[in-house]
Amino acid sequence: MAGRPGSVGLPGWVFVPAAVGALFVVLPLAAIVTRVEWSNFFGLITSDSSVAALLLSLRTSATSTLLCVIFGVPMAMVLARASFRGQQLLRSLVLLPLVLPPVVGGIALLYTFGRRGLLGETIDVLGLQIAFSTTAVILAQTFVAMPFLVVSLEGALRTSGQRYEAVAATLGARPTTVFRRVTLPLVLPGLAAGAVLSFARSLGEFGATITFAGSLQGVTRTLPLEIYLQREVDPDAAVALSLVLVLVAVVVIGLARGGRGA
Amino acid sequence: MAFEFTATVGSRGMDLTLGIGDQEVVAILGPNGAGKSTVLSVIAGLMRPDTGNASLDGRVLFDVGRSGTPHAWVPAHARGVALLAQEPLLFPHLTALDNVAFGPRSVGRSRSESRALAGRWLAEVDATQYADRKPSQLSGGQAQRIAVARALATDPQLLLLDEPLAALDVAVAPAVRQMLRRVLANRPVIIVTHDVLDALLLADRVIVVDQGHVVEEGSTTQVLARPRSAFAARIAGLNMVRGTFDGHGVRSSGGLHIEGLAEEPIRHGERAVAVFRPSAVSVYRQPPGGSPRNAIDVTITDLEPHGDQVRVRTADLSADVTAAAVADLDLVPESPVVFTVKASEVAIYCS
Repeated sequence: MAGRPGSVGLPGWVFVPAAVGALFVVLPLAAIVTRVEWSNFFGLITSDSSVAALLLSLRTSATSTLLCVIFGVPMAMVLARASFRGQQLLRSLVLLPLVLPPVVGGIALLYTFGRRGLLGETIDVLGLQIAFSTTAVILAQTFVAMPFLVVSLEGALRTSGQRYEAVAATLGARPTTVFRRVTLPLVLPGLAAGAVLSFARSLGEFGATITFAGSLQGVTRTLPLEIYLQREVDPDAAVALSLVLVLVAVVVIGLARGGRGA
Repeated sequence: MAFEFTATVGSRGMDLTLGIGDQEVVAILGPNGAGKSTVLSVIAGLMRPDTGNASLDGRVLFDVGRSGTPHAWVPAHARGVALLAQEPLLFPHLTALDNVAFGPRSVGRSRSESRALAGRWLAEVDATQYADRKPSQLSGGQAQRIAVARALATDPQLLLLDEPLAALDVAVAPAVRQMLRRVLANRPVIIVTHDVLDALLLADRVIVVDQGHVVEEGSTTQVLARPRSAFAARIAGLNMVRGTFDGHGVRSSGGLHIEGLAEEPIRHGERAVAVFRPSAVSVYRQPPGGSPRNAIDVTITDLEPHGDQVRVRTADLSADVTAAAVADLDLVPESPVVFTVKASEVAIYCS
């Protein structure tokens, strides 16, 4: 294999565990495909409850991704560019949902926004009811997905550095102009990748959602919840819907890759 | 003075004062790590000094750390000071034309007005044909031309150039230098460089900085022809021995005595420097007899090619000899040798 770049110095044995690892990921996906009732597939995924769940999932995930961008971009900017006391601590706390079991996140949200939660009374006064509503689904998804956006974007900001921003400032650009015309375009691939990851995480969110939002068809029952319920009642439907989520995930990863390549 | 500046930055050991005239191009020369780039960062507003103040055309840029005066700090974007770095740093997502139009756009000019202005500046730096290219499609020299146009399109009241030619190929640097010579004339400019040619061709006045302090200052020709600091002498390619004048020559604190011709009246006991070219130095294994010469015992530290000759370096002095002489004398680092130079080749100035 002379002349092939990257083939130098890779020990032969690494291919064995690498292949085992790849199989471990690919085999379960193949298992789903083998178990799908193809004759009935279309009917299963277009049942009322399935369509409701899929639409709810797409709608809430899109909204939570938007929230992640609105609040995550400034957060990543502050973490990457500012320096203040307690910054390290803040970073650790912001990233906590990455490692926290989602069900714990759901309980935390319940005791924040729930009727008897920290902000419950305030929200009551405003005449709002968040827990067990579609809003709760969106909050749960945003809670778990935000760190993905912040991590990706902070990395991109640090990689792109501040030299272009410094040049822009000496050319007379105000900080907001620098952000809009220099910083943002330069980190756009990182932002896109982060948004796609957030969307994917929102789409797959289960634990925090079922704890904080419950499982009400058309209101809080997202696709993962629907799959979990159908598994007991109609395993064929669960498998078909799982395949739908797998396909969505594949598309999302393709988009993220494309965004990074651009 | 159009621009007056004094600042200290403790962490970089910087403490210096400088002034620039209305239409003056000043070169700051100095070895690597002398704090030259720090000076530019402070002037541009990208770094805060510990203490200091600066004004440009009577406008205060900053005034910090003095007790009794209110703290003032104009942010980088409002200073009217453009900074051109060693690397062009063109915004990679914009075309050459939009890069140049960036400054005018940022201060509120319309898109068409900015582009027209950008087009004129591209023409000024001979880069009109690259207007629609992205930076990734430009060579280093082309990109640097466009970076110059981008800096000038903001019509800066002070232009700062940080080693503008250092990253360029030796083949393209002369053309860019010529272009700079043309566009920099008649505006206040500070160029940081370690290249004597940049200083000679671009600057009216030279400030030599070492370890954060101004060590020498004067007109370019004067400093390069009659350097008084070790760095200026080295970049001018000259040997220099400083000490006191004793009537015949300069006696250094290290006990070295160099005879030479005084280029200006110097009193006995006055501080002076003896300057001579490496090509005026001959190298011997044993002290030669005969005609009165300066003979200096030295130990070779380094040999390096210098044009078609070899530069023999020692701790303080250097000599240019032919490759044949190096072979004949069997010169290698750490060889003890004798440098000789005729008194008539040594120029002595006050320091």
